Amino acid sequence: MSSVTVNGELHEISGDPNMPLLWYVRDILNLTGTKFGCGAGVCGACTVHLDGVAVRSCQTTLGDAAGKSITTIEGLSPDGEHAVQKAWRKINVPQCGFCQAGQIMQAASLLAKNRAPSDAEIVEAMSDNICRCGCYQRIHEAVRLAAGGV
Amino acid sequence: MLHYLKTDADPAAEKKANAEISNVSRRGVLGGFLGASAFVMAVRFAPADAREALKPYPTGGLKMPDGVVSDPHVFIAIAANGDVTIVTHRSEMGTGIRTSLPMVVADEMCADWSRVRLMQAPGDEPKYGNQDTDGSRSMRHFIQPMRQCGAAMRQMLEAAAAAKWGADASLCRARNHEVALLDKEGKDTGKVLTFGELAEAALALPVPAPETILYKSPDEFTLMGKGEVQIVDLHDITTGKAGYGADTRLPGMKFAVVARPAVVGGKVKSYDASAALKVPGVHSVQEIEGVFAVPRKFGQLGGIAVVADTTYAAIQGRAALTIEWENGPNVSYDTDAYAAEMSATAAKPGKVLRNQGDADAAFANAKDVITAEYHGQHMVQAPMEPLVAIARIVDGKAEIWAPVQSPYGARKDIAAALKIPVENVTVHVSLLGGGFGRKSKWDFMLEAALVSQKLGGTPVLLQWTREDDIQHSFYHTTSVERIDAAVDDKGKVIGWRHRTVAPSIVSTFKADDGYQFPIEYGMGFVDVPFDIPNIRCENGQAMAHARIGWYRSVSNIQRAFAVQSAACEVAHKLGRDPKDFLLELIGPDRNIDPKTSGFPDDFWNYGEPYEEFPINTARLKNVIRVAAEKAGWGQSLPPREGLGIAAHRAFASYVASVVHVKIDDDGTIRVPQVTSAIDCGFHVNPERIRSQMEGAAVMGMSNALYSGITFKKGAVEQSNYFDYNVTRMSNYPQKVSVHIIETPETTHAGGVGEPGVPPFAPALANAIFAATGKRLRNLPMGEKLS
Repeated sequence: MSSVTVNGELHEISGDPNMPLLWYVRDILNLTGTKFGCGAGVCGACTVHLDGVAVRSCQTTLGDAAGKSITTIEGLSPDGEHAVQKAWRKINVPQCGFCQAGQIMQAASLLAKNRAPSDAEIVEAMSDNICRCGCYQRIHEAVRLAAGGV
Repeated sequence: MLHYLKTDADPAAEKKANAEISNVSRRGVLGGFLGASAFVMAVRFAPADAREALKPYPTGGLKMPDGVVSDPHVFIAIAANGDVTIVTHRSEMGTGIRTSLPMVVADEMCADWSRVRLMQAPGDEPKYGNQDTDGSRSMRHFIQPMRQCGAAMRQMLEAAAAAKWGADASLCRARNHEVALLDKEGKDTGKVLTFGELAEAALALPVPAPETILYKSPDEFTLMGKGEVQIVDLHDITTGKAGYGADTRLPGMKFAVVARPAVVGGKVKSYDASAALKVPGVHSVQEIEGVFAVPRKFGQLGGIAVVADTTYAAIQGRAALTIEWENGPNVSYDTDAYAAEMSATAAKPGKVLRNQGDADAAFANAKDVITAEYHGQHMVQAPMEPLVAIARIVDGKAEIWAPVQSPYGARKDIAAALKIPVENVTVHVSLLGGGFGRKSKWDFMLEAALVSQKLGGTPVLLQWTREDDIQHSFYHTTSVERIDAAVDDKGKVIGWRHRTVAPSIVSTFKADDGYQFPIEYGMGFVDVPFDIPNIRCENGQAMAHARIGWYRSVSNIQRAFAVQSAACEVAHKLGRDPKDFLLELIGPDRNIDPKTSGFPDDFWNYGEPYEEFPINTARLKNVIRVAAEKAGWGQSLPPREGLGIAAHRAFASYVASVVHVKIDDDGTIRVPQVTSAIDCGFHVNPERIRSQMEGAAVMGMSNALYSGITFKKGAVEQSNYFDYNVTRMSNYPQKVSVHIIETPETTHAGGVGEPGVPPFAPALANAIFAATGKRLRNLPMGEKLS
């Protein structure tokens, strides 16, 4: 029996260690903020933090996560006031909003290790997160804003 | 809290209400109508004395199934504590409509937006009016009914206050969630009654007759046009709480995925589920019968569903299925062969749809003929949220939760598929994680309902994977557009012949004859707005071998690409500036007269009455001038950079875009700047119009450079975002500047969600030509120049 910490809560895990973390958080823990977009690690909608670093939860197995700490969008900030979340609202980033949890988790991970990313670094960090509505201009601006403090 | 809302639709009463609205609209402003408003205005004080009964105009909304409804009892509830609930009956897929329409209601009724809650309507068109959120119609069709609804409620609140005070209603003025009593000089008496205090009495009053309802004047607006209202779901979206299709959790819910035929019309010949059933967590395997009779409409493809405890187990189980398929005739569908066939068809005369002047004579007399052929591949909508639906059946009553653009259409078909009365089906609408036309087809909901039924009503979440989404869509059509332009010895275009060849969406709805139907040929084909004396538009036959459907802006994509590229090609041949030449092609300011311009009798004007929404060349030229000026048209740019322009009218709105392109040393096509101008008439939410236009540039870039669906042996060759490419942040339009044309309130609202898309690809192609001299005529063009 192993365990995984999700948003600060310890969960004993059993069953198939190959189950992607995505389906564990969505279908077993009912944390539905993390989204299924491609199942192939190419869209970023399912991005969560594994020990503080952005990973694709559809490509991270429960086995990979054992003994580690997972943060989903629900756990990013207790009151939804993380600098990235605030910047997102200030810039009115979302359209349909479906990819935004993944975008926000990706941006938060970037800013956690690089407090003042250059435009090129923002583009590099965010380029694997697809937004089909096309909010990129605002995502870019919001990451800049969050880096500068909201 | 919602006890004031009508719980049951009263179809007879609402039909009557609809009839009244449409009668008023058809009658226009009658003498009595004006008289009534003048009378009321006479006793009003500034600024409300500027209020008047807005001249109603008919829209296509009146002819949509179940029309429009403007009854405040249907859309507004006021609780005793003053909380206002507004029903939002259109589907939210990213345009902001879930916010924008209630904002119209709230503004007209003088509600405090912070005290407004929304209720998403279930699929019930007899009650709410048409809910098919498609065709950029929501604001176009519902701005009037929603203003009417809010204004009626304002007057009911004022009348209720008047009764309580025993005062003249004209001295009772609604403002900011309360009604104030004024004295005869129009000054505050200090007496107020809150909306909560007035709710019960106001809601018991009869709804004022439409011709007695006075609308706010634009200078009284508190929400409309201000750009200060954020989308209602913004906080929930940024915190992971917003509810999309797969986010509802029901007790005992199972998860399912379906193996479907790779070729449309394919059937399960035999299957072996023994390995699938051994996958841990797999509960059962269910065969779903497909809909094969033509027309298939939005019927399910059929296949084998695997039902499990988690989505993961269901996917694993599906991978373990062994299925033998019978492909049927569409197995011959091959993109390369089909493109060659379309091209050959386009080289020959086709069915004439528009015939103005004498094109044959013009070409016979031409000094020069310029010919170009443009190809477009199929595309798939690929919204970030793959299709998903949740179904449950209890005591013969089905409940479905889904991200659906047309919940009532879905509800009727689900009832038929389950063989239960439509009253016994409820369709709840979640947020849509993008739609782009795919979620107006409800095959995925039928699948969920049928699987739940097979399971005895067990709640089931039926999830499409991304591969399912890419490979089993209703695709944007593939096309060949061939344009010949005849030029005389003075350098004037005297003849224009445009042939279109594309499998039609109509194949989804009736037996395919291979020809376009009015909705398709009305999208930038027969309505080409050029002042050329001899125009002929012809359509060549192309049979559909895949499911064809709507995709954001639909046929406008390939038509604007062809027409606006060709205009630039001719300009170049004649040594003319593309912008000036385009303005000249459009010609004098006028409303184009379809009758004298050879348009077909069944010309489709986005469903709108032509007199109210004519093709106005002055508005089209204006957006071109504005976009060009703001983009610095004519500036000199470094080598391998260029500007391209294109303009297009679609969904009763006018958009021009200037794309600034920069070609990297390795050939990568980059877009540092897009400058767009949109004239969508009277509008209420400029901030969301901007976001739609920004997004349209991004999707336009996907369409132009990246996205193509190809078929081999009848099956789609792409499977996920690694081979069906879309624009990413690594290369996106860096800055999209949007200029919204301010128009008087009397300029009818046009569409916003789609019209931004069509001009992008031709503007980009024209910019690439300006930068490099290379003319790209095939969509997708590819990210790099060879």
